[in-house]
Amino acid sequence: MIAEALFFSAILFTIGVVGVLTRRNALIIFMCVELMLNAVNLSFVALSKMHGAALGQVFVVFVMTVAAAEAAVGLAIVIAVYRHFGTVELQNINLLRG
Amino acid sequence: MMLALLQAAAEASPAAHPLAGTVAEYVWMLPLLPLLGFVINGLLSIVPAYHAGPEDVSHDPEAGHTDMAHEEAYEAEATTFHRRWNALSSVVGPLVVGIAFVLAAAIFLAMRAAGPSLETAGAFVRTYGSWMPAGELRINWGLQLDQLSMLMTLIITGVGTLIHLFSIGYMRTDPGYSRYFAYLNLFVCFMLVLVLGGSYPVLFVGWEGVGLCSYLLIGFWFSDESNANAGKKAFIVNRVGDFGFLVAMFLLWANLGTLDYAGVDAAATRLVANGALVTAICLFLFLGCAGKSAQLPLYIWLPDAMAGPTPVSALIHAATMVTAGVYLIARSGALFALAPFASLLVALTGALTALFAATIGLKQWDIKKVLAYSTVSQLGYMFVAAGVGAYSAAVFHLATHAFFKALLFLGAGSVIYALHEAYHHTHREEDAQDMRNMGGLRRHMPVTWALMWAATLAIAGVPVFSGFFSKDQILGAVYGAARHSAIGELRLLGIPGSAILYGIYVLGLVTALITAIYMTRMMLYTFHGANRTGEGERPHLHEAPWIMTGPLAVLGVLTVFGGWLNLPAVLHALGPEALLDRWLAPVVARASATLAGGEVAHLSHATEYALIGAAVAVSVLGIGFAVVRYRGPLLAKREAEAAETGLGAAVRQAYYVDRGIGRYLVEPTIALSRKVLWRGLDVGLIDGVIVNGSAALMRGVAWAGARIQTGNVGNYAWIVAVGALVVIGAVAFR
Repeated sequence: MIAEALFFSAILFTIGVVGVLTRRNALIIFMCVELMLNAVNLSFVALSKMHGAALGQVFVVFVMTVAAAEAAVGLAIVIAVYRHFGTVELQNINLLRG
Repeated sequence: MMLALLQAAAEASPAAHPLAGTVAEYVWMLPLLPLLGFVINGLLSIVPAYHAGPEDVSHDPEAGHTDMAHEEAYEAEATTFHRRWNALSSVVGPLVVGIAFVLAAAIFLAMRAAGPSLETAGAFVRTYGSWMPAGELRINWGLQLDQLSMLMTLIITGVGTLIHLFSIGYMRTDPGYSRYFAYLNLFVCFMLVLVLGGSYPVLFVGWEGVGLCSYLLIGFWFSDESNANAGKKAFIVNRVGDFGFLVAMFLLWANLGTLDYAGVDAAATRLVANGALVTAICLFLFLGCAGKSAQLPLYIWLPDAMAGPTPVSALIHAATMVTAGVYLIARSGALFALAPFASLLVALTGALTALFAATIGLKQWDIKKVLAYSTVSQLGYMFVAAGVGAYSAAVFHLATHAFFKALLFLGAGSVIYALHEAYHHTHREEDAQDMRNMGGLRRHMPVTWALMWAATLAIAGVPVFSGFFSKDQILGAVYGAARHSAIGELRLLGIPGSAILYGIYVLGLVTALITAIYMTRMMLYTFHGANRTGEGERPHLHEAPWIMTGPLAVLGVLTVFGGWLNLPAVLHALGPEALLDRWLAPVVARASATLAGGEVAHLSHATEYALIGAAVAVSVLGIGFAVVRYRGPLLAKREAEAAETGLGAAVRQAYYVDRGIGRYLVEPTIALSRKVLWRGLDVGLIDGVIVNGSAALMRGVAWAGARIQTGNVGNYAWIVAVGALVVIGAVAFR
C-alpha cells in the first residue's frame, strides 16, 4: 500500500518539476508548483498512515495553509506582471539579465 | 676586561674632569645658538610671503587707480616691508654666530686655564639624552670637547662670523635675504654638531646636515636650472662618500661594539694592526672623506658648487665644510695608526688630487672656478699630511687655509660685486665672474687688491705668510716620513713605501709651483694690466662698502700672521714654537707617533733649511714665471680665443672628467632608468601587468559571471533543480 502511494507521489512530483522547467506560461508553472506541493502532501499522509502517527497529517494542514497564502500572493504577482508586460510568457521577461 | 676599561673611561671623565663646573658646561649652547638664528631667520623668510598682496589694494573703492599704480604701490609696500625684516635678519644672523664665537673663546680660555691637567684628563664629554638605544647599541646625544674640536669650533665660529658680516653687504639687495641667513645659520649649527659630536653617529648628523645646507645654498638661486643642478650634483656625489662612511660605522659597531670616540680609541687595540679589517674600516672612512672634502675621484661637485653665492663658497666650500674630511681622519687617528696601508693611500690620493686640481686651475677663466680648483688642491695637501700621520700639520694647514682661502673667496666676492653693480648700472649682460672682463681693478678697489695679494702670497707659500708655514710643515712631514716611518716600510705594488713618499714630496713641490703660477695669473688678470670691463662701466667700478672690506681686513691679519700659530723649531727666533702641535698633542700625538714607527722623525736643521729653501724657491719661481708669462696677454683688450689642441685643450676642459662621467656613468644610468626601469618595469610590469592586468582579469571574470545571469526564470529553475539533484545525490551516495 505504502509503495504505491510513494510511487504515485514521486510521479506527481516529477510531473510538477518537469512542468516548472519546461513550460513558459507563468500560470501553468504556478499550477505545476501546486502539483509538487500536493505530491509532497500525499507522501506525508501515506507515511503518517504507515507509522500511525498524526504528525505528518498536521504538516499537510500547514502545507495547505501556506499554499493557499502563496497562491494569493503568487497570483497577485502574475496579475501585476501581466499588467506591466501585457504577457505572462516568462521567456520575454528578463529585465535582470546581467 | 675591555668593558671594564670602557666603563672606567666613561665614568672617570665627568667626575674629575678639570673642565667640570667651568664655562665648558655650556658647550651645548654652541650649536643651539645658530639653530636659534635659523629659526628666527627662517620665520622671517616665510612671514612676508603672507602679507597683504595686490588684491587687497584693488578692493580700494576709490576710482582712478590704474593696474600699474596698484603694482607700484604693492612693490613699494613690499620693499619697505622686506627692508624692515632684512634689518632684523642682518642683526640676528651674524649675532648668533658672534655670540657662539665669544662663548667658544671663553671655553678656550677655560681650557687654557685648566693647564696641563687637561692633557691627561682626556676629552670633556657631556651626554644630553639617549638617541638610539637598540639592544646592545647605545647611542647618546653627546658632545665632546677636546683640543681638536675646540680649534675647529674657533675656526668655524670666527671665520663664520666674518663671512656672515660680509654677507650683509653682498646679499643686501637679494630678495631671499632672510632665507639666506637662515640657511647660513643652520649650516653653522650642523658644522658645530659635526666637530663637537662625541660619537661617529652624532658626527654623521652634522655631516649630513652640512651636506643639506650645502645643497640648499649651492642652489640658492634655484630659478636658474643650472644652479639647481649643481646643488643636486653636490648632494648626489656626496651620497657615494656617505655610503663609505656608513659602511665604516657598521664595521666599527660590528667589531668593536661601540661608536663613541672614547670607546673606539680604547677598543681599537683589539683590532689586528695592519689587518684587513682595520684597513677596510679606514678606507671606507676615507671614501666618506673623499666625498665631503672633494678628493679624487669625487671632487667633481666642488667646482660646480661655485653656483652658490660667493660668501657661501668662502664659508662652506673653502673654510669649513670641505675640511670635515680632514677633521674626521685626524679624529680617527687611533684607527689610521693601525692601518699604515690605508694611510699611504690617503696620502697618495691627496698628492694626486693636489697636482691634478692645480693644473686645471691654470686654465680657468671664471675667478671662482680658479679658487674652487685651488681649494681641491689645498685639501689634497691636507690629506697628504693626514696620510703620513702629521695630523697637527694637517689641522694647521686647515686653519691657515680657512683664513687665506676665505679671504680669497670674499675678495673675489667683492670683485664680482663691483663688476655686477657696474654692469647693473649700464644694463649690460656680461659675466661678472669672468676674469677676461676684469683687469686693472687695482686702481678701483685698492683695499681688496692689497688683501688678496696677501692671501695669494700665503697660498703660494711665500715666507712669513701663514700658508708658507703650514705648507712647509706638511712637506717636511712627508720628507721625514719618507726617511723613516711605518708607512715607509710598506710595499705597494712592489714599490717601497718610502719611494712613494719621496714621490709624494716631489708632487707636493710641483703642486706648490703650479699653485704659485695660477694664483699669480688670477691676480694679474683681475687687478693688473688694462681694464677690460667696458668704457661705460668703468666709472661705476668702486670698492665694496666697509661691511664687506672690514671682514676682509680681519682675515688679512689672520692670513699674514696665522703662521705664528705653529712656528717651526728652526725659526724659534720669531716667537714661541709649535704652539698648535703642543695644543693638539693630547689628541693626535699617539697616532702620529705610531704611524711614524715609534717616534716622529726629527730632521736635522740643515735638512729643514734645505726643505724650506726648496719650497721658497719653488713659490718664487712660480710667481716670477707667471709675471713674465702673462705680461703680454694682459695688454691685449681681450685675449683672442686660439683653438687649443692636445694637452692645453684637455686641461681647459678639466681633463674631460665631467664629460666622461656624463657619458659613461650618468647617461647610461639615465638610459637604464628610462628604458628599463621606467618603460620596462614601471610602465610595463607594474602599470601594465600588475595594475591594469588585475583590472582586466576582474573585468573578464565579471563578464563571464554576467553571462550566467540571463534574467530568465526558467534558467534559474533549471539551476535550482540541478543543484538539488546534486545535493540529493551527494547525500544518497555518500
